[in-house]
Amino acid sequence: MDTGMRPHQNKPDQSQADPGTPLRRKGLSAKHREWVAGYLFVLPDAIGLLIFLGLPMALSLVLALFEVNGFGGYRFVGFANFLRMGKDPLFWQAARVTALYAVLLVPLLYVCGLGLALLVQKTNRFNAVMRAMFFAPHMVSLVVVAVVWQFMVVDKIGVINKLTPLLGISGISFLGDPQFALVTVVFVSLWFLMGFYMLIFLGGLQDIPKEYYEAAKIDGASPFHCFWHITLPLLKPTSFFVLMVSMVAAVAGAQAFDIIYVMTKGGPANSTSVLIVYIYQQAFSFGAFGYAAAMSSVLVVVLMLVTAIFFVMTKGGRFNYD
Amino acid sequence: MTEARASSYPSNSQVTIVRVLWMLVTAILALMILFPLLWMVSIAFKTPAESFSANLIPEHPTLDNFKYVLTGVPFLRYMANSFFVSASVTVIALFFHTMAGYALARLRFPGREVIFLAIFSTFLVSLPVIIVPLFVIVRAMGMLNTYAGLIVPAIFNAFGIFLLRQYYLSLPREIEEAAIVDGAGYWRIYWSIILPLSRPIMAALAILFFLANWNAFLWPLTVASKADLWVVQVGIANFKSQYSASWNYMMAASTIVAIPTLVLFIIFQRQIMDSLKTSGLK
Repeated sequence: MDTGMRPHQNKPDQSQADPGTPLRRKGLSAKHREWVAGYLFVLPDAIGLLIFLGLPMALSLVLALFEVNGFGGYRFVGFANFLRMGKDPLFWQAARVTALYAVLLVPLLYVCGLGLALLVQKTNRFNAVMRAMFFAPHMVSLVVVAVVWQFMVVDKIGVINKLTPLLGISGISFLGDPQFALVTVVFVSLWFLMGFYMLIFLGGLQDIPKEYYEAAKIDGASPFHCFWHITLPLLKPTSFFVLMVSMVAAVAGAQAFDIIYVMTKGGPANSTSVLIVYIYQQAFSFGAFGYAAAMSSVLVVVLMLVTAIFFVMTKGGRFNYD
Repeated sequence: MTEARASSYPSNSQVTIVRVLWMLVTAILALMILFPLLWMVSIAFKTPAESFSANLIPEHPTLDNFKYVLTGVPFLRYMANSFFVSASVTVIALFFHTMAGYALARLRFPGREVIFLAIFSTFLVSLPVIIVPLFVIVRAMGMLNTYAGLIVPAIFNAFGIFLLRQYYLSLPREIEEAAIVDGAGYWRIYWSIILPLSRPIMAALAILFFLANWNAFLWPLTVASKADLWVVQVGIANFKSQYSASWNYMMAASTIVAIPTLVLFIIFQRQIMDSLKTSGLK
């Protein structure tokens, strides 16, 4: 399936190729009518994206220069909000927690997503059922996921605390102890997300020609050899996509927000306070819109850079590779 | 399967043992992954006294929890709100995105690549990052605590446009040519050729959009503080802060909230998984 944009672009354009074609006369030439149609078709989405995505992105940079008081009045403060970030230990704590959350979650998602995909890679009825079961958590809303897990790990009486003695561990306060809270949140995120990445990996595995494995088998290659020398290298584009998307999701995704906001609200002792939760609290609990916008604008700039890398490395946003 | 047949060095019985072990490991893993959901449903049917016990099958199953949650809390209202918002977003988004995708893929006009690049540049910008300025804009437009505030900002995302454009690029050029010769306008081509051809991808996107909006929490939480406008996710989050001690009620409420999407999943399992699988990359 070729979905590249260049072939169509370079095809000789009929209206230009034969100007003699009889066309309806409506004041506009065929070429210009195509222009107008193009703009009109794009217009609704263009306006909507401009107002509800473009404008907020730009506005976060502007808002960052203001301080908002309790009555909704704006006062220009220049770069004070950015300077405040430098001096705010909670901001640095949030940045650290965000990095830690991403560094823990992304590799785990990669390994577990790929692992599950390899486990149920072959197409048969049993694997179809297993795939569905692996994916089922992803169908439940994050709020429900967070609520259910919170009750499963609740101190002393949660079912997990009743099961851990079997492993020789007991009395862990999963969400109450700053030492474990982030790991718990990462674990729940992993549980929710790995089915989705399993699907992405299954898609990638499908695209690897079977002949490679057959040839390797004839040469007597072990399954590990096949994985290391065929599967992993040929999975590179998928891996790139997964790592990029999961990294962005971990740093700025609504999923991370939902889980952490509902399970811990950033606590205990700010041990799960990722940036997006901290930003939300600054804005909507303390009314510090300007300060929150300053932190958001840093994230916006980072995400734009990541998107640019994404765009260049996938050659114009085409995720199919030749 | 191919390995089992194609290669001859491990004996058949060895292959069978390996395969059974493999299936066993997979099945155990699947049950472990499903356990939290089973546990949720289990407690939803338990009496308050039993809800602390570690057995999965309730000894005295009861429907009281569901009765209480459904009559004591306006969960049906929340669900109706969720349904209305999700369905509206899905329909409007599909309409706008197919139009934009069609133009960006198949019409030639100056600035097309720039517009596409601009749309693509928002691809990875997620809601939490722009929530503060977005809230300010929506408030300035007077849309706080309105259905419009819940619906309109959720319509626009680069993802749908991007996927549709990719899909339209892959259609053969010839399909429109006959219509152009017949003198059909671009709207006619879009409406009676492009749209019918996009049925499969529209179905996939409809499921994705609907689910994403049904499960959305952050934006509804931010834009609607009036309880009349709460969607089901906000409803359950607030229910949690009220009833955090009553597991049985909490799990009954969670089950009620999770059921629509899980039922949708059981019915459309294949389509959902296929659409997600291909949506990731192609």
